Amino acid sequence: MKKEGEKKMGMKSDVQLIKDGKRIDGRNFDELRPLKIEAGVLHRADGSCYLEWGGNKVIAAVYGPRECFPRHEQDPLKARLTYRYNMAPFSVEDRKRPGPDRRSIEISKVSRQALERVVFLEYFPRTSIDVFVEILQADAGTRIAGITAASVALADAGIPMRGLVAGCAAGKVDDTVVLDLGKEEDNYGQADMPVAMLAGTDEVVLMQMDGDFSKEEFDQAFELIRKGIKQVYEEQKRALKEKYEKGIEGDINDQ
Amino acid sequence: MTNEDIIWEIKKNPIKALVESGKRVDGRAFDEHREIEIIRDFSKKAEGSCLVKLGNTQVLAGVKLSIGIPYPDTPAEGALSVGAELVPIAAPIFYSGPPNENAIELARVVDRGIRESKMIEMDKLVIEEGEKVWMVSVDLHVLDYDGNLFDASNIAAVNALLNTFVPKYEDDKIIREKQMDLPVREKPLSFTFVKIGAKNLLDPSLVEEKIKDAEMTITLTEDNHLCAMQKGGTYPYYKEDLDEMIDTAIRVSKNLRKKVFE
Repeated sequence: MKKEGEKKMGMKSDVQLIKDGKRIDGRNFDELRPLKIEAGVLHRADGSCYLEWGGNKVIAAVYGPRECFPRHEQDPLKARLTYRYNMAPFSVEDRKRPGPDRRSIEISKVSRQALERVVFLEYFPRTSIDVFVEILQADAGTRIAGITAASVALADAGIPMRGLVAGCAAGKVDDTVVLDLGKEEDNYGQADMPVAMLAGTDEVVLMQMDGDFSKEEFDQAFELIRKGIKQVYEEQKRALKEKYEKGIEGDINDQ
Repeated sequence: MTNEDIIWEIKKNPIKALVESGKRVDGRAFDEHREIEIIRDFSKKAEGSCLVKLGNTQVLAGVKLSIGIPYPDTPAEGALSVGAELVPIAAPIFYSGPPNENAIELARVVDRGIRESKMIEMDKLVIEEGEKVWMVSVDLHVLDYDGNLFDASNIAAVNALLNTFVPKYEDDKIIREKQMDLPVREKPLSFTFVKIGAKNLLDPSLVEEKIKDAEMTITLTEDNHLCAMQKGGTYPYYKEDLDEMIDTAIRVSKNLRKKVFE
């Protein structure tokens, strides 16, 4: 009956999450876990991205624009965008039953909607652009890690977009609002709010929240997220530049 | 694009213009709900139930209790599950089959409001710690879809839980007679807005939902804390939108609580 990947906010515990002004993993309240992004890591995909964020390991791939199947889902005015968030069975503590569950279907839906106005779908009528996100190792904040990787993979696929979507979460632990919850903070914390924005703008494209926030705490969390997203965006740009600075030559020689 | 979608597309611009001028199709204010009717104890076979009519939208929630094994991480707590079915009688666009992503999202957003507000006193639903607990199953049956399933379902589910009884349990058998009321401590209430152009409209009707740019569901506890949020739709929100919606929800919550819970 255990729901895979499901977390429970505000579980009773003796875990002290903040000690001497530092968090359980030694971070400051406004500090992200280490983030590393690499673009173009898969050979067959049109675009791809590997991302490590704290203990998360995520790989994203983009196929398309390509022919849209089933045919009746073709849109004469724009491309269809699909998004599949999927957790590897071994990515979590207790084995996750493979295949889509209710949680991953919901995450896939909100992530797809977050990207739908960002990608210029109207440039590719009747086609499909398919985004696949595989969570290889999960450690809190996977949906945000997923969409951050997905948008780098879309850029790597050369698909025109209004910008990069970058995500970040904030939450509440021991009555303190903190940025980017780690695993223990996620399990035993009091609130979690994952947000994705069109980086460099004030546009919120994905937003969920659960737990307990007063309006003031919500405002604090939002401010932290805004700053966090700036850093995530820098790393996204660095990853893309790094790949293309190395040159396209590598790719040509591969053919 | 289905035939129905084409109708919404045609209606989009005039309705947008109307909203832009500060009006809604049905004459409501932007922060005004449709008529709400609440019929408690609709189903005598369920341990708790409630039929909610929100405008023409109708959602029936039923609660069943069963005995199960607790989750390993919460051995001294009962368990909650929420399911939703968009049954084909509710709209021409609903088909039979396993729940699609919309039904799943609906169930999960309602679940989140109940779970995160800690509405049910789960520690009072234990029969034998680590072995046997009450499992509370809330099922949402959408009967007529005329917009804003989130709020209609939230009101139906919470009201159903408020009049749910815990059956007797004797000699490993459930006897469907009242042992006690389901122990509850909170009443989460959700507020769904759609964004049309630059305006945020509370309790969207079907047509407003169909032409929406974005959608936000905010669930508040009795002391007006946020316990769940969910953005839908593809257009962005700005911080000012979020502030406006949260403020509106807090402002109208007292009146709505009176209407739906008393």
